[in-house]
Amino acid sequence: MQIKVNEQDHSFEDNVSLGSVRDRIKADADLLIVNGFPASAEAVLSNGDQVVLIKRGEAPGAEELDALMTARHTPGVHATVKGATIGIAGVGGLGSAIAIALARTGIGHLIIADFDLVEPSNLNRQQYFIDQIGLPKVYALRDTLARINPHVRVTACHLRLAPANIAEVFGHAQVLVEAFDLADQKVMLIESFAARFPDRPMVTGSGMAGYGPANTVLTQQVAKNLYLCGDATTAAAPGTGLMAPRVGVAAHHQANAVLRLLLGEPPDKEGKL
Amino acid sequence: MDITVNGKAREIQDGICIQELLDQMQLDCMQVVVEHNNNIIPRQRLAETPLNNGDALEVIHFVGGG
Repeated sequence: MQIKVNEQDHSFEDNVSLGSVRDRIKADADLLIVNGFPASAEAVLSNGDQVVLIKRGEAPGAEELDALMTARHTPGVHATVKGATIGIAGVGGLGSAIAIALARTGIGHLIIADFDLVEPSNLNRQQYFIDQIGLPKVYALRDTLARINPHVRVTACHLRLAPANIAEVFGHAQVLVEAFDLADQKVMLIESFAARFPDRPMVTGSGMAGYGPANTVLTQQVAKNLYLCGDATTAAAPGTGLMAPRVGVAAHHQANAVLRLLLGEPPDKEGKL
Repeated sequence: MDITVNGKAREIQDGICIQELLDQMQLDCMQVVVEHNNNIIPRQRLAETPLNNGDALEVIHFVGGG
């Protein structure tokens, strides 16, 4: 009969026990899972069961992690995203969440750039931790990404992005994600990247402050190579702060837009690019 | 002459540049990205880019937060 063990197909004799499978495939495993539930070594397996064998505290190797992640994606998706390079300008509330989503998706190379340091006031929405306060955000985020998926290559640029360095920093980015805070900086980034790389798509965020309905956050194509995620109107202002839920909604619109672009599908609708 | 702004027809004076149109629309060029016939125009060039009959303009206004 056929059983999937750690996402790989294996053939076993009928009525094989979980312990026997463990001994043959990963003898040092101390956590045995069958079809999503922990099970004992005496459990008898059936055709089509999905078995995961884990040694607690052990990180999977590159090949094994690759297989595990491939299994959780539509065929072809993982291979495509593994070869991709994505730039993220700004790693605050939007950028830190986008980077984490893309690392979990298995994007091969992320270029992250920001001049800022982690401050306590960031923790209401940005993907940093108490023990990272005071660190440059790009280095703190690089460490976090390595804990999630060590096989994503991260180029961390601790600098202030300006018209003079944007093309150099993001020269290898197939898609550029705009994740700045200030409106004039968003405009500056988009103009600078478009001037040098007019055919490369950009995904920008605008309008995600407050706690208005999440359903007003949209992904829209606003120019030939520019996709805007947000409600396009709600600015951060006194009384309308930036908060984790809605910033997270916009960030994940942006991450999904990147994924769709890489897979040749338009971010704002069904179909093919 | 007639142009399209954000998908809608709009009649404008002959011979004006993009910057003049933004001024008439009371838009701050620091907070908008302008796409003119599928090309994004840097803000320094808005005042030197004339508009012609039939042009398509996308004016994307940005708000702060991220």
